[in-house]
Amino acid sequence: MYELTLHEIRDKIKNKEVKIIDVVNDIYSRIDKVEPKIEAYVSFTKETAIKRANELQEKLDNGEDIGPLGGVPIAIKDNICIDGTKTTCSSKMLENFVAPYNATVINKLVEAGAIIIGKTNMDEFAMGSSTATSYFKNTKNPWNLERVPGGSSGGSAAVVSSDMAYASLGSDTGGSIRQPASYCSVVGMKPTYGTVSRFGLIAFASSLDQIGPFTKDVEDMAIMLNAITGKDKMDTTSVDIEYPDYTKALDKDIKGMTIGIPTKFLGEGLNQEVKQRFEEAIEVYKSLGANIKEIDLDYAKYALATYYIISTAEASSNLARFDGIKYGHRAEDFEDLIDLYKKSRTEGFGTEVKRRIMLGTYVLSSGYYDAYYKRAGQVRTLIIEDFKKAFKDVDVIALPTAPNVSFKFGEKTENPLEMYLEDIFTVPVNIAGLPALSIPCGFAETSKMPVGLQLIGNLFEEEKILSVAHAFEKNTEHHNMKPNI
Amino acid sequence: MREDYEVIIGLEVHAELSTKTKIYCSCTTEFGGDPNTHCCPICTGMPGVLPVLNEKVVEYAVKMGIATNCEIAKFSKQDRKNYFYPDLPKAFQTSQYDLPLCEHGYVEISVNGKNKKIGITRIHIEEDAGKLIHDAYTGDTLVDMNRCAVPLIEIVSEPDIRNADEAIAYMQALKSTLEYLEICDCKMQEGSLRCDVNLSVRKKGETKFGTRTETKNLNSFKAIARSIEFETNRQIKELENGGTIYQETRRWDDDKGVGYAMRSKEDAHDYRYFPEPDLAPIILSEEYVEKMKAEIPEMQFARKQRYINEYSLPEYDADQITSSKYMADFFEKAEAKCKNAKIVSNWLMGDISRKINESEMNDIRDVKFTAEDLGELIILIDKGTISSAIAKKVFDEMFETGKKPEDIVKEKGLVQITDENAIKEIVVKVIGENPQSVADYKAGKDKAIGFIVGQVMKASKGKANPGIVNKLIIEELNDK
Repeated sequence: MYELTLHEIRDKIKNKEVKIIDVVNDIYSRIDKVEPKIEAYVSFTKETAIKRANELQEKLDNGEDIGPLGGVPIAIKDNICIDGTKTTCSSKMLENFVAPYNATVINKLVEAGAIIIGKTNMDEFAMGSSTATSYFKNTKNPWNLERVPGGSSGGSAAVVSSDMAYASLGSDTGGSIRQPASYCSVVGMKPTYGTVSRFGLIAFASSLDQIGPFTKDVEDMAIMLNAITGKDKMDTTSVDIEYPDYTKALDKDIKGMTIGIPTKFLGEGLNQEVKQRFEEAIEVYKSLGANIKEIDLDYAKYALATYYIISTAEASSNLARFDGIKYGHRAEDFEDLIDLYKKSRTEGFGTEVKRRIMLGTYVLSSGYYDAYYKRAGQVRTLIIEDFKKAFKDVDVIALPTAPNVSFKFGEKTENPLEMYLEDIFTVPVNIAGLPALSIPCGFAETSKMPVGLQLIGNLFEEEKILSVAHAFEKNTEHHNMKPNI
Repeated sequence: MREDYEVIIGLEVHAELSTKTKIYCSCTTEFGGDPNTHCCPICTGMPGVLPVLNEKVVEYAVKMGIATNCEIAKFSKQDRKNYFYPDLPKAFQTSQYDLPLCEHGYVEISVNGKNKKIGITRIHIEEDAGKLIHDAYTGDTLVDMNRCAVPLIEIVSEPDIRNADEAIAYMQALKSTLEYLEICDCKMQEGSLRCDVNLSVRKKGETKFGTRTETKNLNSFKAIARSIEFETNRQIKELENGGTIYQETRRWDDDKGVGYAMRSKEDAHDYRYFPEPDLAPIILSEEYVEKMKAEIPEMQFARKQRYINEYSLPEYDADQITSSKYMADFFEKAEAKCKNAKIVSNWLMGDISRKINESEMNDIRDVKFTAEDLGELIILIDKGTISSAIAKKVFDEMFETGKKPEDIVKEKGLVQITDENAIKEIVVKVIGENPQSVADYKAGKDKAIGFIVGQVMKASKGKANPGIVNKLIIEELNDK
């Protein structure tokens, strides 16, 4: 039954067609079988999962409501804190770090009845687009074990794609949910900045980070959003609005809605096979009665440069606390305090993390701040204005999620700049704080690897995205395709 | 100091705010406590935590701004000041960089009868760091994070101060303001009020500032005054000998009375300030600022005037007593008990202040007896139950132990003897034993009386009423 969707298994549990403990055991036996090939998990929480399965079953048998996620096994990216559980960010630095508290999203999932089964692999401290910067292991793409699952939430994408979890949580700073969702052919969403509390998410870039779900279909996405969104008094950047029931948006007719395409921005660097699938997807929308409108996003081409200044600047400060003093890796031999800092950080961080800390330290340095960080802030405002203007005329914007399909191990992982380019279509969304979702839209001709369609909405307009995505899903079969493992 | 030089001083004052909880979490700010018991994942900088600004911190800072004539910013923000140190668990201090809460204020001081305005450049909010404890036995260094994220305001003055007296008067004015607003407990010994001194010298008539040094973390008025004198003389001597003043951070050793260079500008930190992305900007409305203005309590100047009018205190007394809110509060309670304002004021400015200064106490709050006890002591004197001489002894005991004056008097049997017969007995005895003094008196040496009085008091263990003693001695001698 591991192949079922979240809402299917939830209903079976609710209707007492299956026992929760059997669902949990089934998913762990699926993991036993598939995980050795995929290597998507960093650690498991089997003991608490089984205990919780029994508790929830008892409640259910007593006639109590066990919540909208009641009894459903869910996986969590390993940069989200769970009390008493190792939270490593896939880094040697935090290899043995046990979180002393729960992230708000964890409390919310538990409240909704979810069972957390394990923590998933990621690029170290969420820095990367391949999950290959993990200190622990390379997670494989379930569609082709020689290829990367994308990143940084590659583990969370792969476990949903290979039926090792019914859904998972990831985090998205520049595309870290949407790009691996696209590479692994699952649904992945980054909600509007501020709709999901970041309390307990180990920060990469605070003004860009956002937690979001991976699911097998769009209905599951709406259910997950219902569970995790909301104002949190522990996160002052979380927004106090009236949060809707997202499942109500699913079956809205999209006839007459307008989908914007930034044709000029799409131009360069886009793989022809990806382009083909994207154009077919647009044809589907045309056939469903949506209006297609060409739009301009003049400053989007500067988004990547802006992103690598803002995100690295914030990261250089956020990651400074990993100094070997209080927790995390500490070098064994050191001469004095400075030596302790240097050696602990040199040994504890991987190459990509060090590269970004150095970049961020540089752009904030006295004498360079105005030229880099301040300028990046100004460009950020221009990009926000660009989107504002666009959303006056369109309901959602469509783009390919990534310019290419999943690449082979070692293909781009050696050249950071080439890898950074994989984020070109996802990064502008984080810069502007907008919601966006990636949905499977077919496979590339030659590589047979999945392609994702990205749908971007205006601030707090997750519902429009869900309507448009669900309409596509109902009229296509891509989401039903399963990798052969 | 040489007359041909001028000293330019600016102070950076850190005041710990007396909010119940820390600036970004709900841990207590209480001083003391076992190491690492007043902290949580947030103030110890655990991965993934986020700050939530304590609104009281803004309120207190705005009140200080209003009380020091500052403009209150309607839009300000918080910034990260990045540096590595084991007492700073996040590896950045959340502070305010280019948009502080309060700017462009001043306080008025008076030195040797001359009034002067000292400009305040800015007041901003920030968090305190933890404390490192060096274990001399094991050689280890341990971190106590109880003080991490206790809220502070930093008050930066203009370089308007010219000598140690002005610096002390300015500090006195800030301390008094903080006390009257009840936003800082101002216990300098415990570090809740401390000061950095920026100082440079130049030849009189020069318009350009000299190179300045910064002496850090001074935590008593005495240390501030002495370090200013030391640094002034050091810089002048250096320049006179053809040397150069380097921009550097200095440390003051108050025991030795010497300042040392800690680090030079070359190895100064680049703090890489940038806006704290986890905290929204602080936006204040006109109504908010007006509300804060309305909440400002009676400050020193108003209270001083009231003391002159209501208690008929001389201006000097009123000024001294009200310079500390705690002293003034103590005064009012003691006066309420004994209804003798001037005598209360004398005790406060005299014996009590002297004793506090001689001890390791912060101020009158550390005194063991209560204001009511002082009132009672004064009543005992007024009623003639004890003599003034005995009162001093009782007071010493009160200061030492915190016991009630009536209990001390009872325990030690210090009630004044006013029974004339009893006193006469002693007088007769003493006169009988001192024929030489009697002879001296008869020979016109009035001073001899003093000796006899002394002997009588000694014989009565100080308890005899001095007035009666005097009267009876004269009677007795004249009878001879």
